[in-house]
Amino acid sequence: MPKDNGIGASPKRREDVRFLTGRGQYTDDIKLKNQCQAMFVRSQVANGVIKSIDTSVAAGMPGVLAIFTGEDFTEVGGNPAGWLINSRDGEPMKEPKRPVLAHGKVRHVGDAYAAVIAETHEQALDAAEAIDADIDELPAVIDMADALANTDNLVHDEIETNQCFDWGWIEDNRAATDEAIKNAPHVTTLELVNNRLVPNAMETRASTGDYNPGTGDYTLYTTSQNPHLTRLLISAFVMGIPENKLTIIAPDVGGGFGSKIYHYGEEALVLAASKKLGRPVAWTATRSEAFLTDAHGRDHKTTIELATDKEGNFLAIRTSTLANVGAYLSNFSTVTPTFLHGTVISGNYTVPHIYVNLKAVFTNTAPVDAYRGAGRPEATYSVERVIDKCARELGMSPLEIRRKNFIKKEQFPFATAAGLEYDSGDYHALVDKLEEIADFKGFAARKAESASRGLLRGLGVNTYVEACGLAPSNLAGVLGARVGLFEAATVRVNATGNISVMTGSHSHGQGHETVFPQLVADMLGMSADDIDIVHGDTSKIPFGMGTYGSRSMSVGGSAIVKATEKIIDKASKIAAHMMEAGEGDIEFNDGVFSVTGTDKSVSFPEVAFKAYVPHDYPHDKLEPGLEETAFYDPANFTYPSGAYACEVEVDPETGKVTVCSMAAADDVGNVINPMIVEGQIQGGLGQGIGQALVENCVYNDDGQLLTGSYMDYTMPRADDLPFFTTDQTTLTPCTHNPLGAKGCGEAGAIGSPPTVINAVVDALSDLGVTHIDMPASPARVWAAIQAAS
Amino acid sequence: MSSISMTVNGKTVSGEVEGRTLLSQFLREDLLLTGTHIGCDTSQCGACSVHVDGKLVKGCTMLAVEADGAAVTTIEGMANEDGSLSIIQAAFQEHHGLQCGFCTPGMVMATDSLLKSNSDPSEAEIRKHLSGNICRCTGYHNIIKSIQAAASQLG
Amino acid sequence: MHNFDFEKPSTVADAVAALASEDAQALAGGQTLIPTLKQRLAAPSKLVSLTGIADLQGISHSDGVLTIGAATTHVEVAAGGYGSLSVLAGNIGDPAVRNRGTIGGSLANNDPSADYPAAVLATGATINTNARSIKADDFFDGIFTTALEEGEIITSVAFPIPEASCYEKFEQPASRFALVGVCVAKMAGGVRVAVTGASEEGVHRWREAETALNANFSADAIADLSVSADGLISDLHGTPKYRANLVKVLTARAVANC
Repeated sequence: MPKDNGIGASPKRREDVRFLTGRGQYTDDIKLKNQCQAMFVRSQVANGVIKSIDTSVAAGMPGVLAIFTGEDFTEVGGNPAGWLINSRDGEPMKEPKRPVLAHGKVRHVGDAYAAVIAETHEQALDAAEAIDADIDELPAVIDMADALANTDNLVHDEIETNQCFDWGWIEDNRAATDEAIKNAPHVTTLELVNNRLVPNAMETRASTGDYNPGTGDYTLYTTSQNPHLTRLLISAFVMGIPENKLTIIAPDVGGGFGSKIYHYGEEALVLAASKKLGRPVAWTATRSEAFLTDAHGRDHKTTIELATDKEGNFLAIRTSTLANVGAYLSNFSTVTPTFLHGTVISGNYTVPHIYVNLKAVFTNTAPVDAYRGAGRPEATYSVERVIDKCARELGMSPLEIRRKNFIKKEQFPFATAAGLEYDSGDYHALVDKLEEIADFKGFAARKAESASRGLLRGLGVNTYVEACGLAPSNLAGVLGARVGLFEAATVRVNATGNISVMTGSHSHGQGHETVFPQLVADMLGMSADDIDIVHGDTSKIPFGMGTYGSRSMSVGGSAIVKATEKIIDKASKIAAHMMEAGEGDIEFNDGVFSVTGTDKSVSFPEVAFKAYVPHDYPHDKLEPGLEETAFYDPANFTYPSGAYACEVEVDPETGKVTVCSMAAADDVGNVINPMIVEGQIQGGLGQGIGQALVENCVYNDDGQLLTGSYMDYTMPRADDLPFFTTDQTTLTPCTHNPLGAKGCGEAGAIGSPPTVINAVVDALSDLGVTHIDMPASPARVWAAIQAAS
Repeated sequence: MSSISMTVNGKTVSGEVEGRTLLSQFLREDLLLTGTHIGCDTSQCGACSVHVDGKLVKGCTMLAVEADGAAVTTIEGMANEDGSLSIIQAAFQEHHGLQCGFCTPGMVMATDSLLKSNSDPSEAEIRKHLSGNICRCTGYHNIIKSIQAAASQLG
Repeated sequence: MHNFDFEKPSTVADAVAALASEDAQALAGGQTLIPTLKQRLAAPSKLVSLTGIADLQGISHSDGVLTIGAATTHVEVAAGGYGSLSVLAGNIGDPAVRNRGTIGGSLANNDPSADYPAAVLATGATINTNARSIKADDFFDGIFTTALEEGEIITSVAFPIPEASCYEKFEQPASRFALVGVCVAKMAGGVRVAVTGASEEGVHRWREAETALNANFSADAIADLSVSADGLISDLHGTPKYRANLVKVLTARAVANC
């Protein structure tokens, strides 16, 4: 087995060459012959009744080919939510229709109510500006508590409430949890905000529809993390185009972070327009449009209570949360605040009683959905912040209280009171590793040195466990999922022995084209250089549920392993035939099939060739060809975990927080490519620090987005961040997938926000500050210092 | 419409553009050099970074007519003459300084401009020089490592 | 963007003539104007580029005065070794912006959060135009407004060289403009303190601090002063109270670092 590019190796990424030389092919780079441009006309008010839309002037303007309004899509379906959540009283959630273009009402600033197709972008823009819409503005529903209290003012009139659902998890645990908290010797309560974020993949969304009038086939090039799901949604729910007549191609995609999981109306529009015009129709979002219309993330308001005994043993956790879902239900918007959030409230701890209540609220803002971490960062932040506060109240160190309550290594598999069964982990070992890499012993000296410069230094620690690798279909089905959550792969061995692997996992930065061949190379004893990955094209891949929830390796990779196992099975039969031996006598090692106890052997390439040149095949026993497909459905979620530490310096005069160091010890299970895993962790840390310190999506009371560009929405930049210290050597393999891999994509973004805030609060604790909301901006930190002193 | 001509990656090109045509538009749409990316509309993300007469500029914040007569270099012109990766490009690959690749052309162009003016930049100088180039994937860690490696090789 | 004609004259006189046509607008480095045009927030009929005019280029130094041509880019000023002025220029925007943006463009735009206005006002510089010379104290006229007449072009800025000066900038984290910036300059005629980013009226002098610093040029001298929050900018990134605090903190730091 070539050690340089098999499992555990870090070969250079093969996708890099095209990206580094400007030869990537992102959606907007694909210029189809005769393509024209779409431009959307978007609401400038948050809530309003569309009285009329006059397109007559625009229709006559130069280059204009077609104009669409919501009227054109009243016959088509709505874009659905992927999970049905029931309220505590058993009532199903409210599901107002999400149309292709707003019809009757506009519901957030940026809600598209018309689209212009013209020869050029500027012509489309000119015409879009000439469309005269009479929209009666209504008061905007923005604040979640107001939205629930005031039902005179509705986002969706037809559902007669702004509440989507009122969810309890686990409802049967409620009374016991209430009782435990009532009787507890100590209860720590914390109200906190999980700030709303804009995902900001650097490539904005783009879609090109291409209808072929000669065949009736549609092709959609689009910025998607999961093209098959997009096809399914367009086919089965929105447009009714048969799946066999619709191809979705997600070529190079410039980051997703959740925002490109979902199907958006623009995709349907360019397809419909292409059919009408018989020409390709292209649209690329400006960054301003991206801010207004990409699904946002987080946006929770939570009260959490942690009950302990006097020694700091956890007795119960109860949370009450308002979660913003925005104006429409995006595809994962109902599972993110519920099952991806409530189920991990137990964190890394033994907590006998847990109860989570969450109300999802419609507001006149952009839809809110899964963003890197999706629900688990919100849960981790709540739990880890209240634990830190509790430790201070009880006079314990933050590590001491965590160690005391960790699930112990020997307790796995461990069933939590929040309904999950963690398969493996070693949280004590992670914290030991963290102490080693973060140099806690030197903190006092560093703090004194900072103080000599007038700066307040703080140390924050944090642990997390997440549930990812979405997901066992049977469990998801019980919980309300409307789709399966398996993954598919086809391994095609070509006659000359090289291999194409078709995977439903889409790569948009994760390096699948490099890392998946490592799996197959290892199993077949060949060089990864002879293996290529095909992804992102529904016409080439059996099926796929896409890339999100840290699932590509644990679920997608496992599907590839299963398909490769089938290849080995079949190749063994061919080898047995070639060597005139019994199938049971064939051994396969390092790319060579041999007959047990003999010196007979054939190589894998020889077998591959025979598969396609089956001149002497026993056709009753063997089929020609060597290509296998597998669908892998996991038995459980995977449970990566980690222990993080952060040191910050606070300038008390200005409130500016500087991150001095960030150390992350993660257990992501078995690691296939250490370089890529480390890169994923680092990226997550950058985003998590961004959430903690600088990023914030803000609407004013009128529903205008105040942070609609990089002039006001702060993206972490190179000089905002330090080098990170990361370690993934403390590993407990996943027990239920063939790779033992747990996932690493979301870890950094889950673990880091509470670490940073714990550090900031530590720095300010001598002044009496006990909490600060994210982002801990200079102005907010300064105000907290003023309020405390 | 104005007639313009310039050299792009060493080749003379010409075209007819409107006053409002941006340099980045001219590169992407007229010359089909799509390695220069557009990531924002407020001149902050740096995905569109190119060199004009040897200086780092944002291609989305310069009119094509302003580059009339200039020598422009884009990401497509950064590899070695034989097509192999330059020292900077190879350092980004070696140190995993890119993930989705969208900001990468701008990062390479910014790195080149930094190392031409400062062959031995400190970590702080590198981070400051990247203040106009936003990456959402890497947390910048490996980008800085890549640039440090390139600097020491170009030394 | 709406479309426009483009002209690139090579003399000031030609530029003035070109700007005489209706809705013509001068284009310097374009680092603010082009994004504004992209948002369709302005629709000039013609853009007149000032970057081809040799007379607007270059930096000269004589008789205690540093004169900077209006079309001089930030990077050129940053690289010139002109003390705190170079430091200021080297922290505007980012490297690509500094390669295009010019001092004349920055002053003519008079963004309330721009850096250069603070240095110009603190040093009492003179803004020379094709028609006249304007003292800094008379030039800035509220946010995005200056004493420039329609079609008037800044040709150069003459900075009297201070005995000591320092510009302290606290960045707005997203835009990297000044959330507050304070320039303290110890001039032959006394200390001048100019504040940018803070006020709804744009760049302005903090005269109480000047008085205190004239009596005692040390950070302690302003310790007992307080900055009123009235009229200061309130936005996502800072309340008036916070900005008032920054004015004082940054002034003290600027004095200490002079």
